[in-house]
Amino acid sequence: MAGAPRPATHREPLRETTLKLELRGITKRFGPLVANDHIDLTVSPGEIHGLLGENGAGKSTLMNVLYGLTSPDAGEIVVDGTPRTFHSPSDAIGAGIGMVHQHFMLIPVFTVAENVLLGRESTRAGGFLDRRAARARVRTLSERYGMQVDPDALVENLPVGVQQRVEIIKALLRDADVLILDEPTAVLTPQEIDELIEVMRALREAGKSVVFITHKLKEVRVVADTITVIRRGKVVGRAEPDATEAELASMMVGRSVLLRVEKVPAAPGEVVLDVDRLSVDDASGHRVVDDVSFDIRAGEILAVAGVQGNGQTELTQAILGLCKPVSGAIRLSGRPIGGRSPKQVLRAGVGYVPEDRQHDGLVSSFSVADNLVLDQYDSTPFASGIAFRPSVVREHATRLVEEFDVRTGSVDAPAGTLSGGNQQKVVLARELSRDLKLMVVSQPTRGVDVGSTEAIHRRIVTARDSGVPVLMVSSELDEVMALADRIAVIYRGKIVGILGADASRDELGLMMAGVGEEKARADSEAHPSVMTLVELQHEHAGEEPTP
Amino acid sequence: MTARTVDAPLVASRTRGSLSRTQGLGLAGVVLGLLTTLLFGLREPSHRTAHLALRATGDTGGVHVPTLVVPVHLTCLILGVLMVLAGLAQATNARRSRLDTLVTAFVLLAFVFAFLAWADSGKSLALNLVDAGNGAMVRAVPLILGALAGIACERSGVINIAIEGQLLVGAFAGAMVASALTKPAATTTSTALWLGVLAAALAGGLLALLLAVFAIRYLVNQVILGVVLNVFALGLTNFLYDRVMSPHADSLNQGVGFPNLKVPGLSEIPILGPILFDGNVFLYLTYGLLIVVHVGLFRTRWGLRVRAVGEHPTAAETVGIKVLATRYRSVILGGLFAGIGGATFTIGAGVEFGKNITSGRGYIALAAVIFGCWKPRGAFFAALIFGAADVLASALGVIGTRVPSDFLAMAPYLVTLFAVAGLIGRVRAPGADGEPYQKS
Repeated sequence: MAGAPRPATHREPLRETTLKLELRGITKRFGPLVANDHIDLTVSPGEIHGLLGENGAGKSTLMNVLYGLTSPDAGEIVVDGTPRTFHSPSDAIGAGIGMVHQHFMLIPVFTVAENVLLGRESTRAGGFLDRRAARARVRTLSERYGMQVDPDALVENLPVGVQQRVEIIKALLRDADVLILDEPTAVLTPQEIDELIEVMRALREAGKSVVFITHKLKEVRVVADTITVIRRGKVVGRAEPDATEAELASMMVGRSVLLRVEKVPAAPGEVVLDVDRLSVDDASGHRVVDDVSFDIRAGEILAVAGVQGNGQTELTQAILGLCKPVSGAIRLSGRPIGGRSPKQVLRAGVGYVPEDRQHDGLVSSFSVADNLVLDQYDSTPFASGIAFRPSVVREHATRLVEEFDVRTGSVDAPAGTLSGGNQQKVVLARELSRDLKLMVVSQPTRGVDVGSTEAIHRRIVTARDSGVPVLMVSSELDEVMALADRIAVIYRGKIVGILGADASRDELGLMMAGVGEEKARADSEAHPSVMTLVELQHEHAGEEPTP
Repeated sequence: MTARTVDAPLVASRTRGSLSRTQGLGLAGVVLGLLTTLLFGLREPSHRTAHLALRATGDTGGVHVPTLVVPVHLTCLILGVLMVLAGLAQATNARRSRLDTLVTAFVLLAFVFAFLAWADSGKSLALNLVDAGNGAMVRAVPLILGALAGIACERSGVINIAIEGQLLVGAFAGAMVASALTKPAATTTSTALWLGVLAAALAGGLLALLLAVFAIRYLVNQVILGVVLNVFALGLTNFLYDRVMSPHADSLNQGVGFPNLKVPGLSEIPILGPILFDGNVFLYLTYGLLIVVHVGLFRTRWGLRVRAVGEHPTAAETVGIKVLATRYRSVILGGLFAGIGGATFTIGAGVEFGKNITSGRGYIALAAVIFGCWKPRGAFFAALIFGAADVLASALGVIGTRVPSDFLAMAPYLVTLFAVAGLIGRVRAPGADGEPYQKS
């Protein structure tokens, strides 16, 4: 707190930066897989360059090459006309490149100032840390770009959006002229995304360039000056921000994609799942689900929307019997299932697609066939007495693989060798192959390619139409708005409100940040967000109807 | 980590029905208070007294501190009631307060004092508290040095179970080198002794190098590796002892040691002086290292980087810190500390090396690391408690008390477990402790 911040110009003069970055013919192989195939990319000074591609398209590999984390098999990195080789991140930092990783590179138990200055500490004689100077440097930088951060706060106590700012300040302190942001919006609320967009624009004003890596079409159109699309390790095209979402999506996926999920209005039947004043504590005794009540009727999809870590995980776990509620009741068709074991709950007719399919949804080293009977291996027809019947299991698997279009060489292949989308299809196929009374789906398309996303969404809607109620937890607002018949917004363990499918994006966004229902509606109408404004413009121009 | 961070603001009410920590501590205070009142106080005949000496044995000059004569019945009753009251005050206040630590410290100290008074009650021999305190310090020295080894190592992200082995090879190498350089027999020079300390440090460092190479380079499971190294060190020293040391015991295992050194002035302070400033160089070396490591870890660039590597190596790497080199350095530095700690068993005490002379102190040092929350200051207090436990068991054995001495030797560890659970709560290891780091 001590030490008045000095005028910015004294410490770190505002450079007129004109760093031009070129990647020429970058190629990187991992065994037989070509992650990057002769990629060319030019980032001009003062531009926001969108790098658009699906999960697994090779964006992160490319950026790791650029940041010195992996070395390319071929190709060169040219900075201001000079070819450079980066052996480590410090080389890249030295050349003026800064990176904000998708998973933050921050030390949770350190303060903001310690994190920002790590590796570039201000010290007094004898290597003693000069905390005062550290604070002053962090303040100067954060104020210059309009990012308010308390240098003395512990990083673990900060919201994700602020942690991201710390990462940006960290890169700026190292004189980064090119900032790489790897999927920066994945963990943010819509309002935090707005703030991030402001910061990106402020950086552009200061002459810095930003490489914005994402798979989200809306955001890249809102903020990028130029867009490069990569698919399967290759640059497949460049686009201007005024390209339509459909154009970008078909470039990214390689074929035209249905951006909307076709569905008929819901025909809700009787109440199937009834959650009544449910509260759940986590292992350390913190209330993570707080007095939550809702019900789901046959034939409707109820989406639980919220930023990750607001109690969604524990809510689904409590329904499945994976953790014990502190109080409250869960009833399935009137019969209480709260506090039962997961096996009893599954047998009662609940299907479950967990959020972390690698750990909780599949046994990666087991075959696809075995994974398809993980919840029924001990009952007919897959077992007779104590004996397991592999031939029946394989038949069953062959049928499901075909039906759900799982792309795998064989039903005997280990599930871990499949792509994310196909793994998710295996989980979905397993759960839907039983007679269900309720389907609980958590983050159904996280890390899943657009093609599989379409298929998975269709499956969820089909299940709904056949009368199965669906509880869907998702932190992707687009997904929630596309699929849900009703939307429950969760914030810090409480349901802030339950809205109809016609709720606006801004309204949901504000509620996800904890603003009450009434106020969210009023505020969202009074101050639409950047993203909504851009959408409205497009709508007026008649370019593209918004979904 | 990120998920946890997001969860953190959810801190809300605790579950109804379960006690807060403050309340738990309070209840423990009430229970200890009742024990003191009923067991030590009420059952003791009112005429009995205990003698607690507050002056080091053989101390003649300086300030004369009289021996305390304590009426056991009355003292235990008063202390017991006070403890119950303090405990009740704490138990009825659900919220955490700044006084918690003070109140708990009072309860524990009062309990120990009451216990000592009761143990000495009606005996002709006085229980010498200053001697006991000094003994605790001296016994804590190898524990502290071992704990520093663990801290240096684990703060950088490598688990060090091998403290025991490092102490043992240090003890061996120290004794052997110091003895070998002592010629003619039994006229030791300080050069010989210091070279012994150096050899001990190097031996500990070498064993740590093995730990580092296998843990960092070959990614061997660090817990198993540590245990294996301990068994290896035991076997190696046993072998060398039988084959090399014993046959030439008169030249290679003479039981040489540093002389005692009272710090002029400071050791004259009544009560505390003879406890803290009466020992050989190892005691003072330990004070120095404690301060240097603590300040180094939390106040300097070196410490910040070591901790960064131990918490989140990838983050450290991306800001240009060399993760593997930092880990090698820290592990070996730890080995040097533990080696010196090992030397205290032989040349620090002036005794001959014997097989398995460290007898598990390395594991106690490891416990001190954890109870001390991976902080030198915390480890110091933990080591002191363990040292005191050690001394009390033998001191009470000497005056002959009603409690079996094996029980006395055991009880403090149990008490420590509870005290730590209550006072410190959930301890948090460095984020990447035990996780090998591989560059992608």
